[in-house]
Amino acid sequence: MTVNDAEPLLRLRGIGKSFGPVRALSDIDLDIPPGQVTALVGDNGAGKSTLIKTVSGIWEPSHGEMFWQGKQVHFHSPREASDNGIATVYQDLALCDNLDIVQNMLLGHEVRTRTGLLDEITMEQTAKRTLADLRVTTVRNIRQPVGSLSGGQRQSIAVAKAVMLDAKLVIMDEPTAALGVSQTALILELIGRLSNRGIAVLVISHNLTDVFEVADRVAVLYLGRLATSGPISDYTTDSAVHWITTGTGPAAKGAVPQTTEG
Amino acid sequence: MTSVNQEPASQEPASQESAELMTSPDASADLLANSMGEYLRIIGKRIRSGESGALPVIVGLVAIVIFFQVKNSLFLSAGNLVNLMGQSVFIITLGMAEIFVLLLGDIDLAAGFTAGCGAVIALWMMALGDPWWISVLAALAATAAYGALQGLVVAKLRLPSFVVTLAGQLGLSGLILYLISATGGIGTGGTIQLHNSIINDIESGQLSPAATWIVMMVIVALAGLFIFYGDYRRRSSGLVAPPVSITLAKIAAMVVAAIIVVLVANTNRGSALVAISGMPWAVLVMLAILFLWTIVLGRTRFGRYVYAIGGNAEAARRAGINLVRIRTIAFALCGLTAGLTGIIWASYLGSISSNIPGGQNVLNAVAAAVIGGASLFGGRGKMLHAVLGGLVVGVINNGLQLLGLTASAQLMWTALVLLAAVIVDRLTRRGGTAT
Repeated sequence: MTVNDAEPLLRLRGIGKSFGPVRALSDIDLDIPPGQVTALVGDNGAGKSTLIKTVSGIWEPSHGEMFWQGKQVHFHSPREASDNGIATVYQDLALCDNLDIVQNMLLGHEVRTRTGLLDEITMEQTAKRTLADLRVTTVRNIRQPVGSLSGGQRQSIAVAKAVMLDAKLVIMDEPTAALGVSQTALILELIGRLSNRGIAVLVISHNLTDVFEVADRVAVLYLGRLATSGPISDYTTDSAVHWITTGTGPAAKGAVPQTTEG
Repeated sequence: MTSVNQEPASQEPASQESAELMTSPDASADLLANSMGEYLRIIGKRIRSGESGALPVIVGLVAIVIFFQVKNSLFLSAGNLVNLMGQSVFIITLGMAEIFVLLLGDIDLAAGFTAGCGAVIALWMMALGDPWWISVLAALAATAAYGALQGLVVAKLRLPSFVVTLAGQLGLSGLILYLISATGGIGTGGTIQLHNSIINDIESGQLSPAATWIVMMVIVALAGLFIFYGDYRRRSSGLVAPPVSITLAKIAAMVVAAIIVVLVANTNRGSALVAISGMPWAVLVMLAILFLWTIVLGRTRFGRYVYAIGGNAEAARRAGINLVRIRTIAFALCGLTAGLTGIIWASYLGSISSNIPGGQNVLNAVAAAVIGGASLFGGRGKMLHAVLGGLVVGVINNGLQLLGLTASAQLMWTALVLLAAVIVDRLTRRGGTAT
């Protein structure tokens, strides 16, 4: 499939997922190298969401093997995946609107003092430092409830939460789908900053402009199969569209030259 | 555990001028403000947009009090106020019980009869000769266990708490009848009398005036130090903290409130022959429960998780929170607090009987919590809300009685106030930002 110089962070071999008679994924071989942004693209129903849910421990694969940092793993729950350093930022963000930024960022990982009560000071410092590291500076006050934030700010908080828990791979499902132009730029910048820090990012996107702006590698799913994957420089927008819509490369003989523009 | 990414903050998040003042009903104004002026501006802005937290209840409470005082000058007499406190305490504590489950988006309709059953168990054991504290502990253990059972059924089987606890209400109202008849000679005529002076004194005993001063001042001093030290530590750690002036203003307001309460409680409310003055024990018991549960909700992991589940259960689950466990504990604490309510109630009545209005009490308690500012849909509410709302319900009942109106009028007026509170709440939320 792909040629790697280094050991990939995550290696998928023959991953398949069936729901009863429906095969949502079959025979996926994919390597996610460390410190790079891999874009996962494909048409609706191509299996993108199924694949990331399998990797992040929500569903167990029906077939195939998964290697994390060289060792075979089986995640039975999202918690197991996140304990291993795979953090997933879901489309619905999984934030509690009634809790403030600090409370959301440390949810499930609260720090306590010797008395057993919550150590708000340490938690606020931790959250503040992470946000400053990622240069998330648009929030006015980290004690404001997440419900009062804009879409981009919420997305940034969700990413910062993943980073704070020492994620080595951050999976993002359509991070820019609901955002305006400036907010999208903010998130793309944040994704770039993650990879600069050596964190691998696997990002699902429908927006090829975003993909070409931020990704180092691209993987195209077509009807539950991996159609192609490789460095982003091997593709153009046109060839990527061709792969997404037909599952074959533009040069392939016999391929139907239908360029449904997206 | 949480490990932090090395290197300290390279630069403070500075550029904040452009960000507009984000306000929300849940954000504490004193944490958003940097100065007294800004604090007042935020409060002013919230009042204009109708989102002011506890303020509507307090304004409403003051308005109702003025109304009754104008109608009947006895209303604000020391005697009536202390009487009112006694009548309100068990609505308040049952409201605090409901807060635990309301925060999850649940409800416990059985709590009124849980309280009744707790009282029956305690009074029965005392009548059999057990010491009062063993009887009370046994009753509380039973009510907490029952609450936990309800919570387990709701959480494990994913059933709506409304239906499960409705079944509980029916079942426990039957259980009370059964228990009282099972006591044989003790529960004559469907009533068990309370013969223990300590339990009796919760509602009818009081501290001496000197002790009232000492106890209240110690409470205020401790609370003041606690607040001041907490804000001081936040400030010195460079965290979001209210300015000193607001911290001091808060403490001053608390001191003034405490002095007023002491002065009222220490005024002679007896006759010329038998002087009665001092703080009723019931108020202290209520304050102790308020303090304890406020810490549990605000400063423990369990409390944080209750808010998280009420806000977004799926997010809580993904954060690794055990929903079944937290729900079960919340229902158990609701049952425990209901048990305490039962003891206070038995103290108020001097007995416990099989025809207690457990259904109406629980609805009053839910009304109190909602009037006070808790949400029926989960995620929003504090123990203090049950106190404020319970006072509103208590003031209405007491005031209308004083005006000579019947139970029918009391019920209908309470209904209107509840409706008004929910409407204010809804309008507030609609005006709120971005949710």
